[in-house]
Amino acid sequence: MSNRDIQNTKAVFKREFLAYFNSPVLYVIVVIFLLAAMGFPFFFSRILDSEDVSLTERFFVWHPWIYTVLAPAVGMRLWSEEHRLGTIELLLTMPVSPWQAILGKFFAASCVWLIGLTLTFPIVWTVCYLGYPDMGPIMSGYIASYLYALACLALTSAISAITRSQVVCFIVSVAFCIVIALIGDPGVTHTIVSTTPDWAAGFVRFVSYFSFMDHFFELTKGIFVFRDVFYFLSVIIVTLIITNLALRAKRA
Amino acid sequence: MIQVKNLIKVFGTKVAVDDVSFSVEKGEVLGFLGPNGAGKSTTMRMVTGYFRPTSGSVSLCGINMLEEPEQAKQRLGYLPENAPLYSDMTVASFLGFCAELRGLHGADRTRAIDRVLDLCFLDSVRNQSVDTLSKGYRHRTCFAQSIIHDPDVLILDEPTDGLDPNQKHEVRGMIKRMGQNKAIIFSTHILEEVEAACSRAIIIDRGKVVADGTPESLKKLVPGAKSLDEVFRSITKPDTAHKHAA
Ligand SMILES: Nc1ncnc2c1ncn2[C@@H]1O[C@H](COP(=O)(O)OP(=O)(O)O)[C@@H](O)[C@H]1O
Ligand SMILES: [Mg+2]
Repeated sequence: MSNRDIQNTKAVFKREFLAYFNSPVLYVIVVIFLLAAMGFPFFFSRILDSEDVSLTERFFVWHPWIYTVLAPAVGMRLWSEEHRLGTIELLLTMPVSPWQAILGKFFAASCVWLIGLTLTFPIVWTVCYLGYPDMGPIMSGYIASYLYALACLALTSAISAITRSQVVCFIVSVAFCIVIALIGDPGVTHTIVSTTPDWAAGFVRFVSYFSFMDHFFELTKGIFVFRDVFYFLSVIIVTLIITNLALRAKRA
Repeated sequence: MIQVKNLIKVFGTKVAVDDVSFSVEKGEVLGFLGPNGAGKSTTMRMVTGYFRPTSGSVSLCGINMLEEPEQAKQRLGYLPENAPLYSDMTVASFLGFCAELRGLHGADRTRAIDRVLDLCFLDSVRNQSVDTLSKGYRHRTCFAQSIIHDPDVLILDEPTDGLDPNQKHEVRGMIKRMGQNKAIIFSTHILEEVEAACSRAIIIDRGKVVADGTPESLKKLVPGAKSLDEVFRSITKPDTAHKHAA
């Protein structure tokens, strides 16, 4: 990595990050995220009525579904907006490599989620006040949750590179996030396996291995498994590579 | 300084640019003329490295655009068609962002911003959001971006499009002045502009170069033509030509 790589990535990052704060969309999304992330544990999981002070089953369990809707809402502007405004022509004729731009934008969106997730700290306070929770699972739960959000963001980035419409990008990304969450659901896998011929069952199980869910729950259990971290990192890297290919195809 | 050889661009089955070659030296202003859809923007997008040519080569200041895009782009300033801008930024922050991507930081960056704000008469809107600017100011902001690093090569796609007569005159004057120590290409379909600002002109029609020379020599191409306008009309075919023929 050269000095120029860092400077260019930083310049794109800074522009993108400030753009989030200049638009009302960000504040709306963070508020909805906080209401959902903090509200669900209290109203649906009855966190206050229980003796158990671990957060895994009551707090983190909601996150994949929240990210399925909200991560695409944050990521949809990344490239769609550049296509719509025509600024992509400006950006890509600057002495900037596509990777510097892709990473700068992705880091900016990642920082937005870091802020959102950090603002959920009152829930940690609450359980610490109620009892003596094990901090290990809380830490790994946060890491799992953040990785899940980043994977959804990287997926949205790839789709936004293809379309100039933020609405199309949002809908398609949400659909992808739902599918990739559901394919690992034991119920869903079981149903599909029982309706497919034997020779295909192995394939279905193989596909279900690619679900975000399994890896997410392994991580939240508090066993910090390198394999699952590696899984999320590879999803992020692959979808960013797809972003690059999509951008190149667009200017073919 | 700009060397373009045998550029071809095919979209699907449509040949948008068909074997275009030309070169522009330092101190030259090349006018790019042609009817709508002739392939002017597509050619410029290949010269600036935005589109990858189907075949052919582009080099700027001796640097091949396809082999070393980042180095070649460093020498280049570009005003795309319709002057795109990031709508969530102010004029100064937009120019600051472009300066950073050009490798200007700290005091150099501030100096570069001040210089182009002054050159393009943007001082009064310095901290205004680009979203609220009038068309002329938007255009000048994007133009300012293209000269912020004082590039050797300047490529302007319809730089006077949508400006009022005073602004047009101002931009032409600026192009002519900067043309003294840069290589400039600009596209237009206003013919008087070519005579006012260019040292050479290329007429392009349906992707092909149909004439190349000084504005004076182009006039001699068609016997009896008194203005560039008549030359243009007789060597390029209007969109409606085939309908009349039918
Ligand atoms: N991205 C693209 N995909 C398909 N066709 C294109 C694309 N860009 C331009 N064209 C076609 O190429 C031709 C030349 O367009 P353009 O270079 O924009 O013309 P000009 O700038 O001279 O008006 C047009 O027929 C246009 O429809
Ligand atoms: Mg054009």
